[in-house]
Amino acid sequence: MSTLSTLKQPASLPAHLTQTSVGKKILTAVTGFIAFGFVFGHMVGNLQVLIGQDQYNTYAETLQGLGALLWVIRGFLLLAFGIHIWLGIQLKLENWAARPVAYKNETTQQASLASRTMIWTGLIVVSFVIYHLLHFTVRTTNPEYADLTDSLGRVDVHSMVVLGFSSYLISAFYLLSVGLLCYHLSHGVASMFQSLGLNSPKWQKRLDVLAWLAAIVLFAGYAAVPVAVMLKLVSLPGGGI
Amino acid sequence: MNLILKVWRQKDARDKGRLETYEARNISEHMSFLEMLDVVNEQLVGEGVDPIHFDHDCREGICGTCSLVINGSPHGHQKATTTCQLHMRHFKDGETIYIEPFRAKAFPVIKDLVVDRSAFDRIMQAGGFVSVNTGGVPDANAIPIPKEDADKAMDAAACIGCGACVAACKNASAMLFVGAKVSQFAHLPQGKVEREKRARAMVSQMDSEGFGNCTNYYECEAVCPKEIKVEVIAKMNREYFRAATTKI
Repeated sequence: MSTLSTLKQPASLPAHLTQTSVGKKILTAVTGFIAFGFVFGHMVGNLQVLIGQDQYNTYAETLQGLGALLWVIRGFLLLAFGIHIWLGIQLKLENWAARPVAYKNETTQQASLASRTMIWTGLIVVSFVIYHLLHFTVRTTNPEYADLTDSLGRVDVHSMVVLGFSSYLISAFYLLSVGLLCYHLSHGVASMFQSLGLNSPKWQKRLDVLAWLAAIVLFAGYAAVPVAVMLKLVSLPGGGI
Repeated sequence: MNLILKVWRQKDARDKGRLETYEARNISEHMSFLEMLDVVNEQLVGEGVDPIHFDHDCREGICGTCSLVINGSPHGHQKATTTCQLHMRHFKDGETIYIEPFRAKAFPVIKDLVVDRSAFDRIMQAGGFVSVNTGGVPDANAIPIPKEDADKAMDAAACIGCGACVAACKNASAMLFVGAKVSQFAHLPQGKVEREKRARAMVSQMDSEGFGNCTNYYECEAVCPKEIKVEVIAKMNREYFRAATTKI
């Protein structure tokens, strides 16, 4: 092809994925898919709180027992989340720059509110995740959680969750954040397929429905834990809070 | 019918520009939107005012020259219609109509409502063609093409390159246009020969022109006067991934 273009093109697959608009879309979709996988798995893990203290503490101990593998998984997830967030911010800045003068009379034809607020829902969820890690994983906000043990001498994450969600403020912030995450996914899940080229007019509606179903299921799964604690359906082993 | 027009006036590329208000009086509902502007311009010339500059050519809805963002929608709110084919009967008597130029960094305003869309030409020059070596013309039936492929290529080829997709996109992305051009060739055996080079060259050129990125709003699909579907963007994404993983 004798092209008149003298532009330098990316020379490797990583360069294609990080330097071009289409490549960045594909990478955003792939890292989004990994993040979605984690969000789903984490929900399934969380729901074990409802089964009982023994089940949940056993699950937590199993995860901790992974040792080095746990850190490999954490590193992989952190990398995927990091790339997803970095690309999201970068793309947003480029998109703002692409229309320096705004319309005086702007209208929206069919873009959903979720699709137009991805950067904001995303950034709020990031700030929540940072708090969530400081709260339950690193326990900077509540160092006393580390002293909780169950009758078998294991770290009592079940009681930690119950104590954590006994605060209406924390539960409310959690529900809001999870709600925004699911709203983010109501666009993200369908968008992911389009960005990877897996879409057609026939599938577009179905993907939209699938994305909303995924969002609703995830919200129900995540909301179940704090709601159960607040309704006292799940409580400390001694029964007192 | 009588109308109030809020029209973007801008002396040249460097002028800041502003909305000016004009009255369009005694407009026939059978007129096209451009004919309505012609009437207003006649009136302005009579008053010694610089007429409103706008792009137009065939006025048959096939050349892609007319533009305008009418009441916030490129080519107006009528579905699958170019501005030149938009008739005044779709407006109400006494209505206020906002008329703005296509807005994008890659489409700078030249004057009033006229924007420079040569970025699209440069994308086409980068790879929007099939290289042909001169020689005998092959028989029409020498290369069988499945009907479905031919249909998809034709649907994509309906793009007239007007740029409404860029104007409607909240990111000023050109991916519907480039997707259509990449797709129309990628479905045909003649185009498949250079598919990897084409996808790379056209995407690189698009990026260098300063268009935004696609975040799957699908605003482009809603305003496209030729009803190009976002499946062409999905196709382009597949073509690009193929090109990125193929050694050229």
